[in-house]
Amino acid sequence: MAQSVVPINPVILSRKTGISAAFLVLALILLALIAVLSRAEAGTGLGAGDWAAIRFTATQALCSALLSVLFAVPVARALARRRFAGRAALVTLLGAPFILPVIVAVLGLLTVFGRSGWLNVGLEFLGLPTVSIYGFHGVVLAHVFFNMPLATRLLLQGWQTIPSERFRLAAQLRLTPSSMFRAVEWPMLVQVIPGALALVFVICLTSFAVALTLGGGPRATTIELAIYQAFRFDFDLGRAALLSVVQLVLAGSMALIALRFVPSISVGGGLDRVMPRWDARGGMQRLGDGFVITVAALFLLVPLAAVVLRGLMGLPSMPPTVYHAAGISVIVAVASIFVLLALALPMAGWIVGRRAGGVEAVGLLGLSASPLMIGTGWFIVINPYADPFDFALPVTVLVNAMMALPFALRILVPPMRDTVQRYGRLSAMLGLRGWALWQVLLLPRLRAQIGFSAGLTGALSMGDLGVIALFADPERVTLPLQMVRLMGAYRMDAAAGAALLLLGLSLGIFWICDKGGRWRAEA
Amino acid sequence: MLKLENAQITQGNFRLSADLTLEPARNYAVIGPSGSGKSTLLGALCGFIPLSKGRMLWKGTDITTAAPGARPMTMLFQDNNLFPHLSVLQNVALGLRPDGRISATEKTVVMDALARVDLSDHIQAKPGALSGGQQSRVAMARVLVQARPLVLLDEPFAALGPALRNEMLDLVRVMAAQTGAALVMVTHSPEDVRRIADEVIFVEGGRAHAPRPAAALMDDPPPELRAYLGQE
Repeated sequence: MAQSVVPINPVILSRKTGISAAFLVLALILLALIAVLSRAEAGTGLGAGDWAAIRFTATQALCSALLSVLFAVPVARALARRRFAGRAALVTLLGAPFILPVIVAVLGLLTVFGRSGWLNVGLEFLGLPTVSIYGFHGVVLAHVFFNMPLATRLLLQGWQTIPSERFRLAAQLRLTPSSMFRAVEWPMLVQVIPGALALVFVICLTSFAVALTLGGGPRATTIELAIYQAFRFDFDLGRAALLSVVQLVLAGSMALIALRFVPSISVGGGLDRVMPRWDARGGMQRLGDGFVITVAALFLLVPLAAVVLRGLMGLPSMPPTVYHAAGISVIVAVASIFVLLALALPMAGWIVGRRAGGVEAVGLLGLSASPLMIGTGWFIVINPYADPFDFALPVTVLVNAMMALPFALRILVPPMRDTVQRYGRLSAMLGLRGWALWQVLLLPRLRAQIGFSAGLTGALSMGDLGVIALFADPERVTLPLQMVRLMGAYRMDAAAGAALLLLGLSLGIFWICDKGGRWRAEA
Repeated sequence: MLKLENAQITQGNFRLSADLTLEPARNYAVIGPSGSGKSTLLGALCGFIPLSKGRMLWKGTDITTAAPGARPMTMLFQDNNLFPHLSVLQNVALGLRPDGRISATEKTVVMDALARVDLSDHIQAKPGALSGGQQSRVAMARVLVQARPLVLLDEPFAALGPALRNEMLDLVRVMAAQTGAALVMVTHSPEDVRRIADEVIFVEGGRAHAPRPAAALMDDPPPELRAYLGQE
């Protein structure tokens, strides 16, 4: 008998703490915004340079999103229909750039594509003109390096949602590759591509570290970088404030639009499954897919290999300050994880208890609000009462946790909703409430997702170069900032060593949290 | 005794009215066509579905709006009766204390209950490692330690084979008799009714009829019940 599902939410989860957490996030951002606005003088307006920054930000984000998704389509298609040794490893590797410290990847890209990089050495050897990585195309190149793998994973998820019956039907009808594409694959792509485009676009809008290292100058400055320069070099709070508002409105509205498209992020997600396929068996198609997969793998692996190679050589020349900075980075990352969990878990519980998921928008604020704006705002708030530099690390911890918040909510909310639906009535009947409910049901059931969110936060925080760049002083330097300083002083060997250390720490903290979440977990 | 006074449950266009009394230590079978609202009735008794009208009384006290955990009853669902990440022992212990932290004396109560359902050798096992019948027995051990005056069963043994199902029904009946609890069981099978029920609550046409003696009702069913049972 088909029992009707009882449409009632039997447990009330963390409503008050959830609201408090959301309120805290909102307050943190709004207070910073108000503080910054209070310094913005009316009538200053945006200068020509600021408009150029806005144009550059939008253009590079659009190009990065289009190119990332454009390249991702053939790569995802090839991965979806081929089995080969190392396929699972490659799919896992596609997740790596997301948790890779930006500055580490930039160093890898510089080693390969830089002025005296491997590519240019090769081109010179062949007597061809060399290429420059700096400026617009350098920024786009780095963004594609980070986001093409992300887009590929999203599209691969899409391919996996195509029911296997469709492929069987297509095989029976002996569809040609092009009609196969039109009948089966294109309808899926139409649904998935907007989400991938929107996500990459929003991520690239608030780019800072890439622009700081590969961009710069009047022709390649993002809004975020312009805020940094206005604050750090000109100490023009009015301009910084105005730019922050532009950034918040631009990225915030885009993020709100993107929320409608962006798919939920699944842990592990079964992307290593290969569906049996009967199409695309021709030699040219095999060759084409092989070529696409090889190029994509090289594009990902060569810069990473460059970091490891140079890093190993550079390790001995690292100054002791690097280790000091590494220690601070670890503390900041661990603290960020705790703050993130304290914010995300009650908020997720609150969202699950509601019918409509509009609250998730609060989480998105963390993504769209400029970290530098928040930093600037709190600098202004704290300044009259205390030395803002003393608060550099706590503010960094908070901002890092908030940046990870939208991702953590996307990871936590769907499985939590599922758990409540399945075991909510049993829990209510047993009188499980409040902390006991978390302890007995939710925390154990969501271990894998909590571990994954914690790992993501730790890695993002470890590699973050944002607020700390504003408050930098010799005492409070994180590892990414120390790396930038070494690069700025042209001590590239030491910087490469630091990059390797940072890479190891980021991947390490992710691995520990993620594995910890799955360790001896029950299905 | 539990009393539903002019109670009405509304879910969208669906309405179910009930005006009935359940006596302690009696076994009630709830029967009726698919979609007639049998599960809805149990859900309302347990507090998962609010009453839109009327009230519910337990020994004269109004419990219309009491939380599910604060009512004098417990329920076995069709599935998800156990937390898969907790051991057998922990699952049963939750019946005594919602945080699962039981004292030494409470542990002997839990162990006794597990011995009664013949699972003393599996106390550290996780539900996933047990058979369907064993899982049902763990849930019953928990019902036993909860010792509530009313035990509601929403077809919890539907997935078991006929022999195992009868075994479980007998066990439930024996245990209910020992604790003096009343049983309220949703079922589709006339055999179950004859096997276990003293009285029958027939749910049909938006109404949960007041309990009637099972034997008499099954021997001489009214026309609607006859149609449901497929007897011409």
